[in-house]
Parts: sequence; C-alpha cells; structure tokens
Amino acid sequence: MAHATFRIWRTDGSGGTFEDYAVAVVPGMVVLDAVHQIQATQAPDLAVRWNCKAGKCGSCSAEVNGSPRLMCMTRLSSLPLDEPVTIEPMRAFPPIKDLVTDVSWNFRVKQAITPFTARTPDAPDGTWRMHQADVDRVQEFRKCIECFLCQDVCHILRDHKLHDGFIGPRFLTYAAALEMNPIDAGDRVDELKTRHGIGYCNITRCCTKVCPEHITITENAIIPLKERVVDRFYDPVTRLLRVFRS
Amino acid sequence: MDFETHHYDVLVIGAGGAGLRAAIEAAAAGAKVGLICKSLLGKAHTVMAEGGVAAALANVDDRDSWKVHFADTMRGGQYVNNWRMAELHAKEAPDRVRELEAWGAVFDRTDDGRILQRNFGGHRYPRLAHVGDRTGLEMIRTLQDQCVHRGIEVHMEFTVVSLLTSDGRASGAVGYERERGRFKAFNASAVVLATGGTGRAYKITSNSWEGTGDGHSLAYHAGAELMDMEFVQFHPTGMIWPPSVQGILVTEGVRGEGGVLLNTEGRRFMFDDIPEAYRTQTADNEEEGWRYTQGDKNARRPPELLTRDHVARCIMREVKAGRGSPHGGVYLDISWIKKRLPNADAHIRRKLPSMYHQFKQLADIDITKEPMEVGPTTHYIMGGVRVDSDTQMSTVPGLFAAGECAAGINGANRLGGNSLSDLLVFGKRAGEHAALFAKANGRATIDVDAARTAADGVLTPFERSRDEGENPYAIQGALQEMMQALVGIVRTDDEMRRALGELTAFKTRADRVSVIGHREYNPGWHTAIDLRHLLTVSEAITRSALERKESRGGHFREDFPEKDPAFAAFNIVTRRGSDGTMEVSRVPIPPMPAALKQIIQDQT
Ligand SMILES: Cc1cc2nc3c(=O)[nH]c(=O)nc-3n(C[C@H](O)[C@H](O)[C@H](O)COP(=O)(O)OP(=O)(O)OC[C@H]3O[C@@H](n4cnc5c(N)ncnc54)[C@H](O)[C@@H]3O)c2cc1C
Ligand code: SF4
Ligand code: SF4
Ligand code: FES
Repeated sequence: MAHATFRIWRTDGSGGTFEDYAVAVVPGMVVLDAVHQIQATQAPDLAVRWNCKAGKCGSCSAEVNGSPRLMCMTRLSSLPLDEPVTIEPMRAFPPIKDLVTDVSWNFRVKQAITPFTARTPDAPDGTWRMHQADVDRVQEFRKCIECFLCQDVCHILRDHKLHDGFIGPRFLTYAAALEMNPIDAGDRVDELKTRHGIGYCNITRCCTKVCPEHITITENAIIPLKERVVDRFYDPVTRLLRVFRS
Repeated sequence: MDFETHHYDVLVIGAGGAGLRAAIEAAAAGAKVGLICKSLLGKAHTVMAEGGVAAALANVDDRDSWKVHFADTMRGGQYVNNWRMAELHAKEAPDRVRELEAWGAVFDRTDDGRILQRNFGGHRYPRLAHVGDRTGLEMIRTLQDQCVHRGIEVHMEFTVVSLLTSDGRASGAVGYERERGRFKAFNASAVVLATGGTGRAYKITSNSWEGTGDGHSLAYHAGAELMDMEFVQFHPTGMIWPPSVQGILVTEGVRGEGGVLLNTEGRRFMFDDIPEAYRTQTADNEEEGWRYTQGDKNARRPPELLTRDHVARCIMREVKAGRGSPHGGVYLDISWIKKRLPNADAHIRRKLPSMYHQFKQLADIDITKEPMEVGPTTHYIMGGVRVDSDTQMSTVPGLFAAGECAAGINGANRLGGNSLSDLLVFGKRAGEHAALFAKANGRATIDVDAARTAADGVLTPFERSRDEGENPYAIQGALQEMMQALVGIVRTDDEMRRALGELTAFKTRADRVSVIGHREYNPGWHTAIDLRHLLTVSEAITRSALERKESRGGHFREDFPEKDPAFAAFNIVTRRGSDGTMEVSRVPIPPMPAALKQIIQDQT
C-alpha cells in the first residue's frame, strides 16, 4: 500500500512544532481521513474539528500545504505525495490545540450586526411574496457554511489584526444577505461604514478565491454594499434628501 | 473537585434544530435559558439536512392538508406511531415553517412567489419546503441567528456527561468544556434534551461524530424510559465508493427530481416489488412516474419514492442476487433526464448543487453525465426518549426531550422531511412546556456529590497507562463493525443474542480504556466518553429488536419476515431496572380516536 507523510502542527496553545506521521493511502482519501487515521493509530490526542465530512458544516478548516482548505473536501490525489503534506491551523485565529483555533470572535461579530426584521406581510395569512429571481442573490450568500476561511486569508485581519474595526468578508456577506433580503426592513448602511469598517476592504479578492461554497464575496456582496455606503454618505443628492427628510 | 455552577430556569442540551427551537420558545416565555452543544454553534447534524422540511402548506398542490400529511406519516410509520404526535405535527408544521420565513429564512419560490415544495418518498403531494439541497443549513442558521438575539447563554464545545436529579425530578447536568477540560455544573428547573441520533453505533452511517446517542443514554441513566429503539432507519442511498466516503448521504431529493434506481442489468428493479399498502398510489410504468416528478397532478409517484425501509431492502435484494454494482450497491441515475428535458445539466446543478459537488469532488463523478453508485447507510433512529405527546416531558418530571432523541412521531419508519418539521413542532412544544414547568416548580437543588462522582468517573481513563489500557478508537471501531454485522438491516434472533454477548465484552473493555495527553481538547478522551453512551444505546437497540418478533418499517427480521398484527398493538420500552440491568417491556398503544381513524380510511 502506498504511504504518505503528513507534517502536522502540534501545539498546546503556546509555541508548537511540526511532527511527521506516516499514513497508509486508501483510494479516494481526503486530508481529514489521514488526520483520523493518525488519531486512531498514532496520536489519539491530536485535536481537530469536524462534523459532516462532506463540505456542509464548515468545521474542518485548516491550511493544507499553505492554502486554506476544508480538510474533508481536499483529496490526497490533488496533492503531491512525494513530499510531506503540511497541515496547519488557520493562522488568523488564536491557537487552542493542534488544528483547533479560537474562532469565538466571529460569533461576537455576528451578534453586533443589526438582525433581520421582517416588514409587514404581503398576504392576509401572514406570508410574503418573493420571486425566485429576487432571492437568487440572497440565497447565494446564505450558502455560507461559516468555515471562516475567508476571514483567515483577509489581510486586514490576518496581517493587520484589525479585528476591532473590521468584520471581515464573512460578515460583510452576511450583512449583504440581510440588506438584499426582499422582506427585511432593517438598515445596516450606517453601521457598515462606522462600526463594521467596510472601508478597509481594498478588493483584493483573496476571500472570494478561497470560499469553498464559491460565493462571489467581493463582486456580489462587498462591492454592492460599498456602493450603498457611498450613495448615502458621499452622494450629494442622497445627502440632501436625507436632510429634507429629517 | 469544585464546580463553576450556572443557574437557569430551562437548560437545553443540544443546539440542532430541536434544541434551538426549544431555547427560543423558552426564552420567549420569559425563562432564563442556557444552551449547550458539543460542537460550535451551527455545526449540529441539522446543518447537514438536505432535502427539505415537510409541511402541508399546499402551495404546490392544493389538495394537500394536515389530514393527508397525518395519514402519510402514520402509513409510513406502519401505525405504531404515537398518533397524537403525528396529528400535532401535521397540524402545526405549516405555521412553524412560515415562522422561519418571518425570521429570515429564504426558501426556494413557486412561480407566484410563495414557498416552493418538492416531492419526497411516502408523501402523497409535493410537501417539502426546501432550499436547493441545503435546507438544514438554512434552518439552523435562521434559528441560531434568532437565538443569539434573545439573551440565551450558549455554552459551545461543552459535553454533558451526566444528568442530575433530586427528589425524583430533573435538577441539572454536569459536563466539561472540550477546549479546556474544565468541569461545570448546571442547576436548572427544567432540562430539555435535544441531542440528536445514534448513527455512530454503526460502521456505515451518514452521522457525524456527534451522533453517539448521548441524550438517549443520559435520559436512560437518569431513570427515563426509551421507546421504539429497534426502529433504526437505514437510508437507501448512501455513497459507497471510494471507501473514504462510505455512508455519506445522497439525498432522496435526487429521486424526487426524477432520479431512478437501476441494477447492473439496467433494470428499474423498484417496479418489481410494490407493497400492497402503496399499490394504488404508485405508478406502474416509467412514463407515469416521470410525469409525477415533473408535477403532473394526475400521475402517481414512481416506486423509487416508496418509503426508505422498503427501498433499502430492495437494494439489498438486488445486491444479494448478484445484480449489484462493482462496489456492492446499485446505480442511482439522474443524468437520464437529459432525454426528457432541454438543459438537463444546468437543471440538475441548480436543483441538486451540493450533490453535484459532493460527487464531483469526492468521487470524480459528474452526476449530470453518469450514474452514482449507492447503498444503504445508517441514518436516523425513530426510537428515543418516551415523552408525553403534548408537552414532550419524559417519565422523569422536569426532563423533556425533542427532535431525533425523542420517540413517537415516526413509529417504525420516518418519512423524509418529517424530521426537520418534527424539530420545529416539538422543539417549540418542549421549550414552552419546560418554561411552564420551571415556573410552576421552581429550582431543584443539585446534588454536588453526584456531580462529583460523575466527573470523577469520566476522568478514570487518564489514570491508566497506555500499555495496560485499551485504545478508545479501537473499541469504538470494533463496536461499530459488530452492530453493523449483527444488528443491521437484516436481523435474526441468533445474531442478536451473539451481539448481546459481545456488548458485555465491550463493556469490560470500555472499563479498561486509557487515554494519553491532557484534558485540553483531547479527542481520544472524548471518544472514550462517547463509548459509554454508544454501549447503552446499542444494548437498547439490540434488546428491543429481539423483543419485536416480526418485521415492520426499519426493523426487519429474517426469522420473522412478515408483519404481525399482534405487534401493532404496542411499543417496546426499555428502562433501567433497580438492579442496574436493562428491562424490556411492551407498552400498549392507546386506541386511536374515531375521527383520526376516519382520516386514515379516507386517505387510502
Ligand atoms: C446527511 C443528512 C441529511 C438529512 N436530511 C434530512 C432532510 O432533508 N429532511 C429531514 O427532515 N431530515 C433530514 N435528516 C435528519 C435530520 O437532519 C436530523 O434528524 C435532525 O437534524 C436532528 O436534529 P436534532 O435537533 O434532533 O439534533 P442534532 O441536529 O443532531 O443536534 C444535536 C445537538 O446535541 C448536541 N449534543 C449531543 N450530545 C451532547 C452532549 N452529551 N452534551 C452536549 N451537547 C450534546 C450536539 O452537539 C448538537 O448540538 C438528515 C440527516 C442527515 C445526517
Ligand atoms: S476583498 Fe476585501 S474582504 Fe476580501 S480578502 Fe480582500 S480585503 Fe479582505
Ligand atoms: S463566505 Fe465562504 S469562505 Fe467565508 S465563511 Fe462563508 S463559506 Fe467560508
Ligand atoms: S467536516 Fe464539515 S465541512 Fe469538513
């Protein structure tokens, strides 16, 4: 049977080292299978998050050979096995143990976004009428499995550590899904500019490239939101209207 | 050991659809609510649900109504369901689904802008509200986002290891933080279990590591009764190749959209065996079956959409007869619809996006061009904590259960889509009644000694060295193989007695398990703890299956291959006896009111 070497980051939260493990390769194997094999036979305390094993839950995010991936959807056949495969945790988040990182910041960020509020129903039975074409875009955003890989690659978080002033691509997409929902009555344009720091994004498209759900984060979510912000704050006509209304 | 202790009116254990819905309802009633889950919020099993949520909204076919849904559920469950739960479920599901829309869920739409519904096995009319094939994601996200704005305290990555009771009622729970390994106690006036299923008792399963039957086992050890544990659902279509994806679900939605099952001879074998109870509702030719999937109201459904228990057994039959695919399954083909539909490729990718990606990425198969290889996978358990139909309270006062870990609504077999609706309907009821119970009864005191004993008990694996102890993964793997082989889709008295013997041996091994490393995020330790639950539910499944000497729904006995009307009169219940061994009993099903009987008659 063919073997491959996995070089995995082991840490107890501070510091850390790479350790090598030999893995027997089985047809169709994915990186997560290799991690499980190592757990079952060599390192029972190797920490990793996973649930669905089918790209649906967004738990198994890591950096495989340096690129942010879902381990359960990364086939060994797509990697060069003549050299060790490295697996590291997402580097934009504080380490907890081995491949597990502290992603709690994401949950706090989400809570700070103005929640969905439904407008008055369209029909007497308390329901709404929406056409498929009007919800296609929102549904694209709602495919998000919260793997936080986009957050992991965004340089504003990863390199500049602006976690206090910028919500990151995942939550800009989340805000976009709310803003573009045909029945939502909330307004998040002000907060996007002020608290959520949409201005920091300089459209590098790194987030879009890594999204395992193929959400066009930059073009479909962030740019339209930026336009809304610009319309409200810098467009003299909108501004004038706002003055009259208030 | 000292505990950090949290106090709540209602403590909800589990953050899948059922737990989230219960927490929302309890909070809405003014209760102080704590919510616990083993994974991160939003990663529970519910996120994986694909096909849809069943509710008689009648948006696509106005002949649908709660009555038809009720009759379908009872027929699917082979009439051993709790009929009152089936009634409540059918009546309340539409409101629960509409409520999701009011909370921000965005379902696929009909041409006139309402919630679209699709066909599914055993449902007479198109009934499953859905979002492509990621309905569970939409549902869990919507509920989770509701939850965080209602003041509910969430304890993520926290495992409950024992329930606490005092004076005969539930008083809380004890468990540990997975991240840090610290123990905490919870004191509550009412506890809701919403811990999901037990699929991990088997080798081939669609369930994640979480599905170890914790709630079933926690309730059992706290003195509650389990019911219908023999009824395990083996979903007919799991992936079977390559080995690493074995068991991953292929949604029934593929068949709902026109996918057909074929053996190696290219024959649609499902036409060969249509059960009597479904004959009048099932198409007898391919043409009519196709028209049904395309929304022709005068057509009857194709036999691929018969109930899951039946389809799974037909697949087994083909494989046994040597007409199976190379890796021991059969073919599921949706690509053939290009003969009928222009633009079939795009249509398939739009209707079944995650199936398309799953096969493309994991099996190098393009489902728009070639058939998939599929075979049965352990998917769901109909059995669970025995609860009151209206309040979801178990036989232990103050202990409630909802969702997959509760029994009743599904009887011997669950219809696809009836789980997501079950979570909403009975999650809400459990939350509501737990809050009422809390208000009426106030806080019970917790027994700190019991909490300490429970915590000490789960720490023992650290005391053994690796050489003297057993590897928890090895035991878990061997247990799963044993259950798959001896208490699987086809059962016999002989094999199940052997299974009981093996379970005793596994218990001894589990008592010797050892783990290395520290308490911080240690999967080896977590696996060792899960083992104890797996052993309890495996025993309950086996003992209940031995007791039901007939074949019904998900439970098939080779030594009693027919349905026996005498067994339709009761459910099988397991409970912990005073000497600590498992007791099995038959509990009569109360007679169904005439009005409900009439509905069933009218719908056949
Ligand atoms: C792949 C797949 C597809 C499916 N598709 C459909 C479908 O289309 N339609 C449908 O109706 N049904 C479907 N089902 C079934 C349905 O998804 C499940 O039955 C349902 O989601 C179970 O929900 P739940 O709320 O009861 O529990 P789960 O969603 O399983 O959640 C259980 C919760 O309990 C927590 N928990 C468990 N043990 C402990 C413990 N010891 N301590 C603390 N927390 C604990 C877990 O962490 C989790 O949060 C599908 C299932 C699978 C696997
Ligand atoms: S496009 Fe914007 S949000 Fe995305 S990675 Fe670049 S800077 Fe970050
Ligand atoms: S937007 Fe894409 S990459 Fe970002 S969290 Fe969601 S699924 Fe992951
Ligand atoms: S385990 Fe769910 S996305 Fe990988």
